Amino acid sequence: MNYIDHESVANKTNSRLLKNKVLKAIFLAATMFGLIVLAILLYRIVTQGSEYLSLEFFTSFASRIPENSGIKAAILGSIYLMLLVAPISMFLGVGTAVYLEEYAKKNKFTDFIRINISNLAGVPSVVFGLLGLTIFARFFGLGISLMAAALTMSLLILPIIIVASQEAVRSVPKELRDASYAMGATKWQTILRIVLPAAIPGILTGSILALSRAIGETAPLVVLGIPTILMFTPDSIMSTFTALPMQIFDWTKRPQVAFHDVAAAGIIVLMTLLIIMNSIAVFIRNKYQKRY
Amino acid sequence: MTTTVKPKIQVPEKEKESASRGSVYQSNQLNLWYDTNHALKNIDLDIKENEVTAIIGPSGCGKSTYIKTLNRMTETIPSVKTSGEIIYRGKNILEKGYRVEELRTKVGMVFQKPNPFPKSIYENIAYGPRIHGIKNKKILDQIVEKSLRGAAIWDEVKDRLNENAYSLSGGQQQRICIARCLAIEPDVILMDEPTSALDPISTLKVEELVQELKKEYSIIIVTHNMQQAARISDKTAFFLNGEVIEFDQTDKIFSNPSDKRTEDYISGRFG
Repeated sequence: MNYIDHESVANKTNSRLLKNKVLKAIFLAATMFGLIVLAILLYRIVTQGSEYLSLEFFTSFASRIPENSGIKAAILGSIYLMLLVAPISMFLGVGTAVYLEEYAKKNKFTDFIRINISNLAGVPSVVFGLLGLTIFARFFGLGISLMAAALTMSLLILPIIIVASQEAVRSVPKELRDASYAMGATKWQTILRIVLPAAIPGILTGSILALSRAIGETAPLVVLGIPTILMFTPDSIMSTFTALPMQIFDWTKRPQVAFHDVAAAGIIVLMTLLIIMNSIAVFIRNKYQKRY
Repeated sequence: MTTTVKPKIQVPEKEKESASRGSVYQSNQLNLWYDTNHALKNIDLDIKENEVTAIIGPSGCGKSTYIKTLNRMTETIPSVKTSGEIIYRGKNILEKGYRVEELRTKVGMVFQKPNPFPKSIYENIAYGPRIHGIKNKKILDQIVEKSLRGAAIWDEVKDRLNENAYSLSGGQQQRICIARCLAIEPDVILMDEPTSALDPISTLKVEELVQELKKEYSIIIVTHNMQQAARISDKTAFFLNGEVIEFDQTDKIFSNPSDKRTEDYISGRFG
């Protein structure tokens, strides 16, 4: 007695193969949708913005005349912001991850923290903006300053860095930790000499991707009340500033069509920055992947 | 439990020698639980210095767990509870306030799977001394050479100390791990099935090394290989279901065991 009737199987083969082909086409279309939209976007931005891209664009401040407009204040603001956000968010993020993975005992309280860090990653950025406004700008009296914005942005990307660092720390084999502990090393010596060196590629990749999210964020800056037109560059962490996405946002709101092209030029700069940062992350990930 | 040497009419030479040696480890009524699983039951063992003590028994009998309590590595697993005493050189290491970092500086451990650090051979060996505060490069160089010679691997690696330890073969990696353990100048070396991941030739090398090392160190070795226990150890403890069934001179265990279960195990009737 055979359970498989080979004749009816042969009859059904055609329709199975057809189904396979149709689905392949659908999935290809799904992939192409995103790619095509991105290509159109890039094409439009480049054609619109390229005529405004020049050295002067980087060295002049914003202006009422589109031809004289530049991003000096915005790009310096964005760079200063990142210079503050990177150490703050990485110290807090890696510290939290190391505590949760290496030091914290497993109990209800730490489970609660772990779950809520993932939840925090889903909180809309405008909410973080409100939080920054209430706590850093007003309660701590930092005002509309680089520092207030940096703290807000750090908080915004903290969950991403924590989760990436946790993954990286967790992927270090237990055998390596055991070898270290068995020689009388303390937890901190083991973390510093064994765990972190092995986890650093993962931590850096996650952190750079998180920072590239922060550099493009606009909503928290809008809520904080960061100005869009500044004729000076920040001279301390307490001075006010503007950032690239804010500047672009402002230009796209202008009624003059020429400013839309200036905005496109700004977008080219911002996207180039993002692509560079993401490439660095990919490079680090590929270079240091799995050495054990 | 038969854990002490039975009275005999004629005491063999080896046994007299052993009796005169001091104890490194004494476990008294040692119990250990993983959650509700009672893994070690009232273990009483007296382990002498400068001897090789082998621990044999079937899988899951608690032999690896026992050796890991000797340097408190069981603590890295949550949900482990212990009772009883382990006296190391006169002090109960399970007592509150006993500093485990100090213990582990005197008690080295070699693991089942070779686990060198993803660092150079030199850095692997220098790791222990470095964490104990030795920074002088000359002293470190000397420790590295001495340890590698001690683990009989100096000639194979002396020209490639800066290469990653992962470039070595499994057997070489395991001897690097032994050298790394010698670098902290321990008193006792714990070996948890050190040859189970190695080929026969590497196994032989490690066994010869153990014979060499016992002149200076006390060695406790867990093995699932009875021939190995017979070849290299002075004393053997047979574990079964978390209990010590028999602990005696290796010759005695393998030629004339007192317990029926030991006899069944070593003659291959189970396990």
